[in-house]
Amino acid sequence: MCRPGGGSSDVQWCFSQVKGAIDDDVAEADIISTVEFNHTGELLATGDKGGRVVIFQQEPESKNQPQCRGEYNVYSTFQSHEPEFDYLKSLEIEEKINKIRWLPQKNAAQFLLSTNDKTIKLWKISERDKRPEGYNLKEEDGRYRDPNTVTTLRVPIFRPMDLMVEASPRRVFANAHTYHINSIAVNSDYETYLSADDLRINLWHLEITDRSFNIVDIKPANMEELTEVITAAEFHPNQCNTFVYSSSKGTIRMCDMRASALCDKHAKMFEEPEDPNNRSFFSEIISSISDVKFSHSGRYMMTRDYLSVKIWDLNMETRPVETYQVHEYLRSKLCSLYENDCIFDKFECCWNGNDSVVMTGSYNNFFRMFDRGYRQDVTLEASRENSKPRSVLKPRKVSTGGKRKKDEISVDSLDFNKKILHTAWHPLDNIIAVATTNNLYIFQEKLN
Amino acid sequence: MEVNVEARRILAVSISKLYASRTQRGGLRLHRSLLLSLVMRSARDIYHSSRESEESTGAHSAPEEPMDTSSSPGEQTRLSEAQHEPQPALNSAELAPEEPDNADDCCDRDTTEDKENLSPVKQSRKRRGKASAAPDFLPSKRARLEPGEERYAAPLGSCRAGAGESLTTLSLNRVIPAF
Repeated sequence: MCRPGGGSSDVQWCFSQVKGAIDDDVAEADIISTVEFNHTGELLATGDKGGRVVIFQQEPESKNQPQCRGEYNVYSTFQSHEPEFDYLKSLEIEEKINKIRWLPQKNAAQFLLSTNDKTIKLWKISERDKRPEGYNLKEEDGRYRDPNTVTTLRVPIFRPMDLMVEASPRRVFANAHTYHINSIAVNSDYETYLSADDLRINLWHLEITDRSFNIVDIKPANMEELTEVITAAEFHPNQCNTFVYSSSKGTIRMCDMRASALCDKHAKMFEEPEDPNNRSFFSEIISSISDVKFSHSGRYMMTRDYLSVKIWDLNMETRPVETYQVHEYLRSKLCSLYENDCIFDKFECCWNGNDSVVMTGSYNNFFRMFDRGYRQDVTLEASRENSKPRSVLKPRKVSTGGKRKKDEISVDSLDFNKKILHTAWHPLDNIIAVATTNNLYIFQEKLN
Repeated sequence: MEVNVEARRILAVSISKLYASRTQRGGLRLHRSLLLSLVMRSARDIYHSSRESEESTGAHSAPEEPMDTSSSPGEQTRLSEAQHEPQPALNSAELAPEEPDNADDCCDRDTTEDKENLSPVKQSRKRRGKASAAPDFLPSKRARLEPGEERYAAPLGSCRAGAGESLTTLSLNRVIPAF
C-alpha cells in the first residue's frame, strides 16, 4: 500500500537493486547523466552520455511478498540523440542526455522529453501486445502473395503477441539554442514547456516545433560585460504563469509570464548575502547554483550549490529558510578540488513525496538526506559491497577532526572520482534511485 | 608572499584549464569559461595587491622569477593568442560561444609561429624585459583595440595603472567573448 515518504528519523533504507555493468572500467558512453521518475513512479528513466535512454518499469507488487515493493526491470531502451556536427562552427554536438522530463499520462502511451545540448525531442513510448493476422495480399511472414492465388476476401483480425515496447520520436525541437541547454521543464498546463541554455530561456508548445518564444534573455550587448549565466530553470508546479531560473552568481529569479512577453524583469529575486568570512578565490564558483527544484506543494524551492542545499520560502527573498551543509569539510580543500575539476561538478537535489525530506549526492558514492521536520541528516553510500538484497544501509560518517573514529572515513580517503550527481525520489513511496558513475542503485524503505 | 605564490599558481592552473577546454567535445562551455575567468580575476587582483603592498613597504622588488611550471613562457604566448584570435569574431553581430580558431590576421606580433597547431609544450621562450611591469606569465604587448574602443585604467584601485595593468584588465574581459 503506498503511503507518502516519511521522515528519515524512522526510515531505514535497504538495498533493492543495482543496474549497470559491474566492472570498474567505465565506458564513457555508459556514464549516467540524468535520472527521473514519472508522475506515478511506475516508470524510471535514465539518460547517459552516449545519448541512450533506458526506462525501467516497476513490477506490480506480488501477493506473495507484500513486504517488498515491486522491482524495476528494463521496459524500453532507445537511442535518443546521436552525435552531430555543426559545420558552420566546426563543433561537435554531444549526444549526452542532459535532462529527461516525463509528461503526465493522457492515454495508453507514455511521453517524455529528452534533451542534449542543442535539441529537445518528444518521445512516445507505447506498448504493442496484439498484431493483425490474416492479410489478403501478404503471407504471415510479410512476403507478398502471388495475386493469382488470391481467391477469397477476409478481414484481418488482431491476435495477442509478446509485449513489444516501442519508442518513437514524435517531435524534434531544434535550432533554438545558441548556447548549451541545461534545463527543460514541463508547465502545469501540460501544453507548454521551457528550455534554458546559458543565456536564454525559450517557451515551446508541445505541438509546435518550428518556433518558440524567447522569454528570458540575459545576453549582454557586449559579451565582455558578461557576469553571470543561467544554470537551471523550472516551472512552478501549480501556477502555469510562474517559473524560476537560477544563476551562476547564486541568485534565483522568479518570473511571471503575465507581466510581459519578455521576462527580463524578475518578479522576485532570491539572494543570500555572502558571508565575508568565507571569501576565497573560489567563492564565486561554489556559490553557483547547480540545481533548483520546487517543492511538490509549490510553497518552497530548493537550490543546490557546491557545498550546501538551501530551502527558500517563495514569500521571502532575503535569505533561505533552511540551509543544510552537504560536505562542509571540503571548504578547506577547494584549491585541490579546483585543480582536479571537481569544483565544477553539478550536483542535483530532490524532494520526497510530501516535501519533508530532501536528498542530494556527494563524493565517494555518498548521498545525503536531510529531514526538515526532525532536523536530522544521514549519509548513506551506494556501493556494491552493501548490495545484498534487503540489506539495511548503514549510515556513514566523514571524520573532520584529527581523531578518526572506527567506521569513519577521513576526508583525504574520499574517492572524488566516485560522485553521485543525479538522484531521484519516487513521487509517492520511499523508493529512491541514485546514480553513481555508470550504475543505478534503487533503495527502498525497510518495511516490517 | 605566500598569497602571491598561491595566486600565481592558481592563475597558471586556470590558464591551462581554459586552453584545455577549447579542445573538449561539445565545444566551449560558457559557464565553465566564466567561472575560470572569475577565478583568474580574483587571483590576478590578489597578486597585484600583494605586490603593491610589498613595494609600498619598501621591499626590494624581486626580479621576475621563472614560474615552477615548465610551460609558463608558453602561457604568456598562449594568452596573447586568446586575445588576438577571437578579435575577428568580436566583430560579428551574434557572438556564439564557440568560435572556430580563425587564422590570425590581426595580430601585430612579429612571430611566425603556426598558432593553430601550436603544441602546448613548444613555444617562444623569449623573456620580456625586466622593465615591464607585467608579471612574467602575461604578455607585455598591448592588445589591438577595436575601432571606437578606448584603453581604460584597471577598475580596482589596487591595480597600478600602466601598460601591463590595462592589458591584463583587457585580457580577462576578452576571455569570455573568445568563447
